Amino acid sequence: MTDLSTNTTVTASQPGEAQFGDYFALLKPRVMTLVVFTALVGLLAAPTPVHPFIGFCAILFIAVGGGASGALNMWWDADIDAVMKRTVKRPIPAGRVQPQEALAFGLALSVFSCVFLGLATNWLAGGLLAFTIFFYVVIYTMWLKRSTPQNIVIGGAAGAFPPMIGWAAATGSVSVEAVLMFCLTFMWTPPHFWALALFMRSDYDDAGVPMLTVTHGRRATRVHILVYTVLLAALAIGTGFTAIGGPVYLAVALVLNALFLKGAWEIFRRDEADSEADNFKTEKRFFKLSLLYLFAHFGAILAEAGLAQFGLGGWA
Amino acid sequence: MSIAKQHELHKRRFGRNVGLGLVLAAFIVIVFGMTVVKVTNGNFSAALQGNAQVQNGN
Repeated sequence: MTDLSTNTTVTASQPGEAQFGDYFALLKPRVMTLVVFTALVGLLAAPTPVHPFIGFCAILFIAVGGGASGALNMWWDADIDAVMKRTVKRPIPAGRVQPQEALAFGLALSVFSCVFLGLATNWLAGGLLAFTIFFYVVIYTMWLKRSTPQNIVIGGAAGAFPPMIGWAAATGSVSVEAVLMFCLTFMWTPPHFWALALFMRSDYDDAGVPMLTVTHGRRATRVHILVYTVLLAALAIGTGFTAIGGPVYLAVALVLNALFLKGAWEIFRRDEADSEADNFKTEKRFFKLSLLYLFAHFGAILAEAGLAQFGLGGWA
Repeated sequence: MSIAKQHELHKRRFGRNVGLGLVLAAFIVIVFGMTVVKVTNGNFSAALQGNAQVQNGN
């Protein structure tokens, strides 16, 4: 009788029962690809060699830490995820994972990832990962996201830390090169997200998130995209003349920054009537280019590090 | 009724249980691998040879 009651209860909860994939979705796997790739570049571009298995573990723990912060973000933002078209199918607003489950999952993985990264590599890397999770969850998600239109600018730091953590995991320190990789992602984040905000326009309005498009208007957002893209281009091309740069990186940076500047200029010149006429074609193209932009820049840094093994990378 | 319900429950949770099992197995492999690399300072073969020399009394 007891068994029957238990089974009936469990079966009744079937519509809200999470599958393995739902827990995986809490880790924001698409964001994780960026975290994994940039952290890997930071680790491999560092001058100190790392044992392959320790390197693999370091990247895994950084990815898990990034995923944990994503789960905690989904726990806190469940209310606004439920009203945004882009996020309404996430496990919590869809009712497949309970908010408290996501909180416990995120906290457990946060502690696990930081401790194990510290044990596998060094405590500077573990501490930086802990700070990144804190920054993303507390500073960005809980504080800035709902209080300032500069949320994306400052919050972008959280996504910029992985290459620095990868570098710290290999070397046990943070150098100028690690800071440059941090700055590259940090400066890239605002134009990337503001382009998204331009064509996902009703989402942030509905959720009451003070995106720049909502608080300062869409014209101001277009200006901001152009200004940040100019600053980013200067930084990205300048990085080509440092220790992590080289001819390959510089060639990639010149081509992609020319395209990125062209895209930002086109967005700046357009008005809402133009954008609505072609369903935000230019803004969407700029957003897609921004994804290629970051992967290609970090890919070029990785290529320079790889060529250095054969005495070819860099300017030496 | 209870048998059918139980069977359905097992079937429904199969994917989740297999996933958790794989994660736990991966965790064991990672901890074991990290221990081996740390204990041998990344040089597994040299560590084995050293152990053999100790056993041979060298």
